[in-house]
Amino acid sequence: MSTLEIKDLHASVTTADDGLKEILRGVDLTVRAGETHAIMGPNGSGKSTLAYAIAGHPKYQITSGEVLLDGESVLEMTVDERARAGLFLAMQYPVEVPGVSMANFLRSAATAVRGEAPKLRTWVKEVKGAMNDLDIDPAFADRSVNEGFSGGEKKRHEVLQLALLKPKIAVLDETDSGLDVDALRVVSEGVNRYREGGETGVLLITHYTRILQHIKPDHVHVFSAGRIVESGGPELADDLEKNGYERFVKAAAV
Amino acid sequence: MTEVVSGLAPELKGAKRGQGYVPEASAGERFRSTDVAAFEVPGGREENWRFTPMKRLRGLHDGTATFAGTASVDVPAVEGVTIEQVGREDPRLGEAGIPQDRIAAAAWSAFREATVVTLDGTPGPVTVTVDGPGAGESAALHLQLRTTPHTEATVILVQRGSGVLADNLEVVLGDGSRLNLVVTEEWADDAVHVAAHHLLVGRDATLRAISVALGGDLVRVSPTVRYAGPGGDAELLGLGFADAGQHLEQRLLVDHATPNCKSNVLYKNALQGVKGTLTSGRQGDAHTVWIGDVLIRAAAENTETFEFNRNLVLTEHARADSVPNLEIETGEIAGAGHASATGRFDDEQLFYLQSRGIPEDVARRLVVRGFFGEVLHKIPVPELRDRLEAAVEAELAIAGA
Repeated sequence: MSTLEIKDLHASVTTADDGLKEILRGVDLTVRAGETHAIMGPNGSGKSTLAYAIAGHPKYQITSGEVLLDGESVLEMTVDERARAGLFLAMQYPVEVPGVSMANFLRSAATAVRGEAPKLRTWVKEVKGAMNDLDIDPAFADRSVNEGFSGGEKKRHEVLQLALLKPKIAVLDETDSGLDVDALRVVSEGVNRYREGGETGVLLITHYTRILQHIKPDHVHVFSAGRIVESGGPELADDLEKNGYERFVKAAAV
Repeated sequence: MTEVVSGLAPELKGAKRGQGYVPEASAGERFRSTDVAAFEVPGGREENWRFTPMKRLRGLHDGTATFAGTASVDVPAVEGVTIEQVGREDPRLGEAGIPQDRIAAAAWSAFREATVVTLDGTPGPVTVTVDGPGAGESAALHLQLRTTPHTEATVILVQRGSGVLADNLEVVLGDGSRLNLVVTEEWADDAVHVAAHHLLVGRDATLRAISVALGGDLVRVSPTVRYAGPGGDAELLGLGFADAGQHLEQRLLVDHATPNCKSNVLYKNALQGVKGTLTSGRQGDAHTVWIGDVLIRAAAENTETFEFNRNLVLTEHARADSVPNLEIETGEIAGAGHASATGRFDDEQLFYLQSRGIPEDVARRLVVRGFFGEVLHKIPVPELRDRLEAAVEAELAIAGA
């Protein structure tokens, strides 16, 4: 059973104008296998930075704190080592990689994460099945990674990778943004299939509560000004739905 | 000649009459001659030379290269292939075209014997190997490939070794013939190669040419396609990988003067430079130049042409110049288009691939392989395709990527 521990994490970004700017200001959070945590917060609160800092994006500099996956320091690892250790980040804006086919990309990723190339026959079946589950046209396999995909198509492909790579802990960064009702349902079902075994943990970052109607969280955290300012059960999301983020933003500003 | 011109814009104040270079108005007006003395020594600011580092030409352009060395040409005996060594008086020489710049004319003026390879019937793939004259030597070369009418052939021209080489390659396609031609530049790091390719496509003939530029210090190739009759079809594909310190230049002209002909040009280059000075003393910058001129003359009705250049910049310290030109003198064409795109393999792409567990070196290979795939897949001989694929990956490994 896996555990992701984030301890007093501080991270900064280098900006053109003011040099180093601190965005994460002491984040503490533990996600265990079988749990789904929702992180909610207003725009600019640093939620996405938390996701990218965990994944190791070079733009963010960790200034102090720890991120441990099953006791091992993730911050010491390169981006690809983190993924092979069992971390996954579904991105808000998946990157286009022209010239590399989705099929080739998925196989390369599966080969890297599993430590050996999947057997061709079972692999083709596996990919087809996973694409079918997410209502993805098989023709996408031959297209360049994310190139010319609509927002919804990109998000489906992020969840497709989640299904195929089967990480220990998945961080979903605003996977619901830009999705219509049908796409939101399909994507949520994909995430629910991934977590149904109870051996994986999910950290769901979102601005809106609507995805929480499809993916039920066990814990809800409110993020503001670079840290978690309140934690609770699913009822906290209902409170946010009614009253908004205002009281947290004010509290953080004091 | 040197009076000051009045009435100019402020930034041109002080300009003198008669100074400066007047560019030709059309690619069709280019001066042609086999005599080196008929060309002025280029200074480097002319349109034809402005991208070329003249100091690295080892005197090919200004007469100081002696052409005292010898570049060897090896053609194996294959059924259906005739190999001849001929003198410059042979009337077939120049049939495909004559030089349009001073280095091509210098090579023409300096070669001692030309090699003429005639392909007849359906010979198996023929590999012609050119070895450079060796480090510190310079040589001139003249090679002509001919197909007889309705021949179907594949020729692989491998160019390798050290030294300085200027040459003219003539390709004469007989009516109704089909030639797959792969030309590789696999030079050692010191080599300088400046080549003019004169490609004459016969009536209803088909040329499928692939140019692969990997090695050398400076490689400049200028292919010119002309059509001897209607129905000709030329596809020119190119792949270039410029690594630290390399200058790769491709200057294409497709001259449509005959009706009902087709041309399709697709050149893809990857660039990978390094910062600072190399141990050889060169700067570590990688540079590619692609010039794609297409001329559709008034007589060339129903022409169909497309040209496309794509460059993939893998690192900093790299520069890709790309200049597509399309000149159309008749409205009665089937289609004409051109495009150029230069993109970076950027940190976001690398992050995305790595975030899926793919190590950095594999990620780079994936991107470069994907980029070159559409050209490499068209190489007609599988062993050659595998060898060149491996060579591209070796280039990637050199920079420790």
